[in-house]
Amino acid sequence: MGGCLEAMKPEILLSQTTFKDAREYIKKNVREYHEVEPGYKIFDVHIIGVPPLYVGVDGERLIFPYTKPCHGTFVVKVPGGAEIARLRARQK
Amino acid sequence: MTEKNEQTALLLLGCPQVPVQTSMVLYLAHGLSQRGIRPVIAGTTAARRLMEVADPGRHYLGEMNDLDEMIDEITEKKRDFDLCFVFIHNDSGIAYAGTMAYISKARVYALIFGEHAEELAGEIEFPCEIVAAKATHNPMPLKRRLEEVMQWAAVSKR
Repeated sequence: MGGCLEAMKPEILLSQTTFKDAREYIKKNVREYHEVEPGYKIFDVHIIGVPPLYVGVDGERLIFPYTKPCHGTFVVKVPGGAEIARLRARQK
Repeated sequence: MTEKNEQTALLLLGCPQVPVQTSMVLYLAHGLSQRGIRPVIAGTTAARRLMEVADPGRHYLGEMNDLDEMIDEITEKKRDFDLCFVFIHNDSGIAYAGTMAYISKARVYALIFGEHAEELAGEIEFPCEIVAAKATHNPMPLKRRLEEVMQWAAVSKR
């Protein structure tokens, strides 16, 4: 896991899944979600996969897919900080 | 893509869990070099260590980079390639290939191997050349397919 993300002690909502299942999980379970392009960076990790890729916002937290080359895709929840405003601003 | 108009190819390596990956990367890097295409490798730390140990004299390996740093450079448009070969044996590999197809202008080749090569090939829904062979320990099925691919790459150079 990226050092920065790991230090944030993310809550793991979905473990060792596919990027498609991660996409469906966010779409079904997170009320506010934004489409991002492949390679979009949150903290020190890239969102990896085939469009559409979604990043969710739940209060002050971000929910997004994190893909590890050896272990598949995880859906993680972390404090969003300034990343939430950056995510919302790009939709306008 | 370089200032000297030299063709370049990115070889993108994910998890090195399947044995054929390391030898196939060395074989492809050698074949591309012989055809005048400069190979640049990007991969996880473990994948790069396997390469470095297999080719201590750097006869086949040239530039090697961290996977995430390479994605940074491409998304920030600091760098791009003419060809991109993504080594795939799991869903993460498909995800990385899809990302490359989106962020890079390179012609993307999805090299799919391992026990579930055919099923993984069926998952691909983005523009790329699919090269799939059920190869886990024996590299020959993938080697044969790679030889065909390198012919295409050499032809497309003209």
